[in-house]
Amino acid sequence: MDHNTPILAVDDLTISYRVGRRWLRAVHDIHLRVQAGEIVGLVGESGSGKSTVATGVMRFLPPNGRIEPGSRIALLGDELAGRSRREMQRVWGARMAFVPQNPATALNPSLKVGEQIAEIVRHHQGLDRRAARAQAVAALRRVNLADAARLANRYPHELSGGMQQRVAIAMALSTSPQLLVLDEPTTSLDVTTEAVILDLIRTLIAEEGAGAIYVTHNLGVVAQLCNRVTVLYAGEIMEEAPVRALFERPLHPYTIGLIQSMPRLGQTKDRATLPTIPGLPPPLAEMPAGCVFEPRCPLAIPICRTKPPLDAPDGERRVRCHRWGEIARGEVTLQTSVEDGVEAPAGSRPGLLRVDGLTKHFPVRRSLKQILRGTRPRPVRAVDGVNLSIQRGKTLGLVGESGSGKTTLARVIIGLEERTAGTITLLGADVSGTVRDRARETLAQLQMVFQNPQDSLNPYLTVGQALSRPLIRLAGMSREQAAAEARRLLEAVNLSADYAHRYPGELSGGEKQRVAIARAFASNPALILCDEPVSSLDVSVQAAVLNLLARLQAERDTSYLFISHDLAVVGYLADYLAVMYLGELFEVGYAAELFHPPYHPYTEALISAIPQPDPDRPTTRVRLTDDIPSPRNIPTGCRFHTRCPRKIGAICETEAPPWRDGGDEHYIKCHIPLDELAALQRGVAVDDGA
Amino acid sequence: MSRFLARRLLFLIFTLFLTTVIVFLLTRVLPGDVARVLLGRDASPAAVEAKREELGLNDPLVVQYVNWAVDFVRGDWGQTFASPRQDIRAIVTERLVNSGRLAFLTLLIALPLAITLGVIAGLTEGKLSDSVISVLSLSVVSLPEFVTGLFLINTVALRWRDNPIADALGWFPASSAVRPDLSFREALPALWLPAIAATLVLMAYIVRLVRAGVIEELKKDYVRTAVLKGLPYRTVIVKHVLRNALIPTVTVIATSSGWLISGMVVIESVFSYPGLGRLLINTAINNRDLPLIQAIVAVTVVIILLANFTADLLYALLNPRIRLE
Amino acid sequence: MTHSALSRVRPARFSRGAGSIGRFLIALLRSPQSAAGTVIVLFFLALALFGAQIAPYRANDQSNPPRHPPTAAPLERLRRVWDDPGRLFETETYRPGPYPFGTDTLGRDVFSRVILGTSSIFRVAGFGTLIAVVIGTFLGLFAGYQGGLVDEIITRVFDALLAMPALLLALVILGIIRNVETEPGSFQAALADNAVLLVIALVYVPIVARVVRSSTLEVKTRAFVQAAQIRGESWGYILFREIFPSVIPALVVEASLRFSYAIFLVASLGFLGVAARPPSPDWGLMVNENRGGYYQLAPWALEYPAAAIALLVIGVNLMSDGIRRAVQRSE
Ligand SMILES: Nc1ncnc2c1ncn2[C@@H]1O[C@H](COP(=O)(O)OP(=O)(O)OP(=O)(O)O)[C@@H](O)[C@H]1O
Ligand code: SF4
Ligand code: SF4
Ligand SMILES: [Mg+2]
Repeated sequence: MDHNTPILAVDDLTISYRVGRRWLRAVHDIHLRVQAGEIVGLVGESGSGKSTVATGVMRFLPPNGRIEPGSRIALLGDELAGRSRREMQRVWGARMAFVPQNPATALNPSLKVGEQIAEIVRHHQGLDRRAARAQAVAALRRVNLADAARLANRYPHELSGGMQQRVAIAMALSTSPQLLVLDEPTTSLDVTTEAVILDLIRTLIAEEGAGAIYVTHNLGVVAQLCNRVTVLYAGEIMEEAPVRALFERPLHPYTIGLIQSMPRLGQTKDRATLPTIPGLPPPLAEMPAGCVFEPRCPLAIPICRTKPPLDAPDGERRVRCHRWGEIARGEVTLQTSVEDGVEAPAGSRPGLLRVDGLTKHFPVRRSLKQILRGTRPRPVRAVDGVNLSIQRGKTLGLVGESGSGKTTLARVIIGLEERTAGTITLLGADVSGTVRDRARETLAQLQMVFQNPQDSLNPYLTVGQALSRPLIRLAGMSREQAAAEARRLLEAVNLSADYAHRYPGELSGGEKQRVAIARAFASNPALILCDEPVSSLDVSVQAAVLNLLARLQAERDTSYLFISHDLAVVGYLADYLAVMYLGELFEVGYAAELFHPPYHPYTEALISAIPQPDPDRPTTRVRLTDDIPSPRNIPTGCRFHTRCPRKIGAICETEAPPWRDGGDEHYIKCHIPLDELAALQRGVAVDDGA
Repeated sequence: MSRFLARRLLFLIFTLFLTTVIVFLLTRVLPGDVARVLLGRDASPAAVEAKREELGLNDPLVVQYVNWAVDFVRGDWGQTFASPRQDIRAIVTERLVNSGRLAFLTLLIALPLAITLGVIAGLTEGKLSDSVISVLSLSVVSLPEFVTGLFLINTVALRWRDNPIADALGWFPASSAVRPDLSFREALPALWLPAIAATLVLMAYIVRLVRAGVIEELKKDYVRTAVLKGLPYRTVIVKHVLRNALIPTVTVIATSSGWLISGMVVIESVFSYPGLGRLLINTAINNRDLPLIQAIVAVTVVIILLANFTADLLYALLNPRIRLE
Repeated sequence: MTHSALSRVRPARFSRGAGSIGRFLIALLRSPQSAAGTVIVLFFLALALFGAQIAPYRANDQSNPPRHPPTAAPLERLRRVWDDPGRLFETETYRPGPYPFGTDTLGRDVFSRVILGTSSIFRVAGFGTLIAVVIGTFLGLFAGYQGGLVDEIITRVFDALLAMPALLLALVILGIIRNVETEPGSFQAALADNAVLLVIALVYVPIVARVVRSSTLEVKTRAFVQAAQIRGESWGYILFREIFPSVIPALVVEASLRFSYAIFLVASLGFLGVAARPPSPDWGLMVNENRGGYYQLAPWALEYPAAAIALLVIGVNLMSDGIRRAVQRSE
């Protein structure tokens, strides 16, 4: 075989889905090359056709999908496009393997994980049971699963999400396939786990010399992992380039928009608003005839009504835009920062909310044995003695992995959950109990924006009804006043007033989240709790929502408690940051300070886990390999000691660490003195986005 | 696991208590004097009063219930109201054996057949075989048992009556008088027809459950994983899909037990088969024989609960997710 | 904070609210099976409403010749046409004759009795289901939203009740109260007259409540319910304005299923002789009365009501199956 034959060569790939009676083109004219040892990223927003390409390449489309004639998919020179399913069975698992998005559902719940791997090698390599099992254990060992032999006898539900994904990767690699297709394998994982899995994928692909297609919506992941990138939009390739070239010198307006709309670590709202891409991707049935990006492109000119060709600026790159030459020569630029940043009220402001010793334990039901013995099970200690305060008009960002208690903290403050202990003071007055006990005035002062926009709005009420209700109840307006105010609110969140008559089902996710924000602002609250309000949105939409939140805050002097697992997002919006782990705060400080050493070892791990859209970022990083312990079984001493990469000894296991004052309201809870910590951490460069 | 068992057991006792209390209250609180019903309209007030005393109807309700419950658990189920007063436990057990035989034969035919058809329909969702199986089972599940039963009698039994072979074998008698002292094999000919009627109804029900289970399972992500491992179709189906799709069907045994029992009440009546259901209708309800009704209800509920219990247990044993928790 | 790409946003293709009932009906009538079912049910419903006008005789009119064979036997006519194709064009071939379904041993017209029996089965099954749905919905919403001890008690009791098959429970209750004597015109008499209807309601309340409850449990965790809670909305508002609309699809499916089982149950109870009393033209009862020895003499007196039951139940089942699929599709 010719040494230069790429592992995968896809040409003119077009795939359609049948919707009703019509065949709609989902992806069109796709070209891909994957060389040995290379990871090719496939990025794009939701619905851009990434998964369609990935499953098309695997020849495993949904029943209503078909590959159009003329498409070519060559795996090491063997044409796959016309093959029957039976022929594909010899390719699947042996030469081409798939790593799914959600390992929890992608593994068979009633088979032991060892057997799920062993059956592939048995089938494709004809090994006997013993040998296959040994190979399965070896495969598990390769993905750094400790105690692989015992693990092989476990069922998937007994493993954590990170371990399940390792099993899925081990499974895919067990036969040393030539091509790996990974469809968002880390999207459902925590950042810390994601970082570990990405490291693993990178080393394994390099060792195997296989080719890989990595599907993701996360530009940061692409920058950290991939060698080459293909950017998809509305089913077409917009741009394709080596990863460094793409991030340094993007040539397509869409790529430029995507990269710019992602907040960098250290970027803040007062410097500039985030650039956004206005509008929405076109639906399949209404694709523009010319450039598919034309309706949203700030650089569109009349010629863009015709289809641009997929040009090759140099041997390495391809781009589909009429104006790439002008962009490359710098003759036109995308306005990077549309507006100046918001004017943050300077200095210290009067306090708004104080939380002291807030604790929330969820009791666990007693088993019969415990009832008989008179013992009680240990409760789930979701929040365990948290103190924090928020000033008027300011944002407190709260970060931490999933399971650290962020949402519970917010739910207790807002009164959806009874607290176990502690006090909450709003505007100097004690806020007691739950929503049922609170006065209307207090309710009006505290509002919340939820994570999932699909869930936030009642599908059976119009947007107008959803917005009027808090106005009538909490602001005491009449029906007519409320209807008029609802329209003003819609305009305040950049939606047109006639959205009032729509049902949530007619809105996109970003629009729903805007309505949810408008609803939270309706009663003119002093504090809004935002629980991951942008984490389920695409980057370009996310940027617009973040800008909106920043603007509304400045206009209305509202405070936010902003919860997110994404430090870059929190850092953009927050004035002050708190890092939470297993129900406790471990570090608090000004957002601008927090990204410089010294930081708490846990913060350090979080920061270095964030996939930044910057391929040049050094790769020496701190990694948390274990899973977060159960909040029923909180470790003694420093809660973080089971995972802490900087643990100094027995003291960490026995004594709770003290708060150390770093000056300028920066506090860290650790046994290591701050100057030592800073010295330790200087070796690890972390960019500050300056 | 032990916790799971303990919880199920508690629930079993609670359910038994509740259902018997309900039946008990129904029989005592509703207007109408049992003693008078027993003795007839013309009985003298004194005779009625004596009868009431004899039957223990003058005690407070709680006492009556506790007496009954304690005796029941001890195995003393009392005597029928209607004369000649018979030992309830004896007749109920006798009829129970008959019903048990019928149920056993029904399950023996219905389960394998229904599971197979359900799996076929589920695997070929939307294709011809699925449509045929689904529409047929939808229609059969729709038909009340007495319609199916009468249809069988009128077509099979009456048609075959003069067929010498069937006659020689003694198969398909239209009415199935089975003596309890017959062995299962001896009783078999009389069981065929009612069993087929019960099978039809039960089978349609199970087919639909299994089909839905298989279809749901086929949509799961792990099936895609298995296919993309390059495993042959048969392996994907048998090893991956069916394993998961059929584990829940053990609970079908439980859910169908209620179905089967109500079906058999009707079918026994259609075929004049001397089972528990016919005892309930013809003797207990017609005579308003309260202790007999109560005993039959209690026995039925115990059977259903035991079936549920067994199914839960089996399910827990087969399903690794429950087993290890 | 698991943010899966699955939950990420797609521009919606369907809206809720106004047009959804129309879409639901279209989805229901699109499949031939459920369209057929709906037509059958509507046909019987028309009979139930206007049966008295259509039926040529009154239900207990015994003035006709007993055991008169059906004059409209379709198979018989087909055979006649087969033997002599000329008959195809004779009006005589299409005339139903005086006793389309024949008469029974007492000389009552089976055709009229079948038609007149429709209204009672619809009334009993329909209102029984309706009552069960209303009460079950309240209890299910309440238990599901309230949670805690109240929920625990309600569900346990209902689970226990469900351990007893509906037919058995209905049979026992009806059997016991059947002989109860009541004063005509009294409340008790009204109860006794509607016993079957009430029993249907009773045995189906726990089932409806269970479905509504599980649906409520799922809806109540959604963010929009929490948004209402933090506005301090009243309990009733949250239950009926916020939660109830999302429960409706599941409720519609369950209600149609319950209705089909109710018809089944009414027919079975009639057959077992604990529902209607002779001489009422109850289908189940008619089947029961005409089996055994009478069957040899006038098989049609059994066959036509049995066929009516079968047709109606199949129709209702096809329709409810269609409703289930239509609801799933418009979700
Ligand atoms: N089975 C299907 N039938 C009809 N349309 C489909 C089907 N699958 C995907 N589509 C449509 O094809 C387009 C591309 O979808 P695809 O799932 O490939 O996008 P994606 O980039 O993977 O999105 P996501 O990030 O949400 O996973 C979308 O408009 C989608 O709605
Ligand atoms: S072709 Fe025109 S519209 Fe399309 S991306 Fe280029 S400049 Fe924008
Ligand atoms: S106290 Fe010890 S374990 Fe805890 S963070 Fe500091 S060094 Fe790590
Ligand atoms: Mg996808």
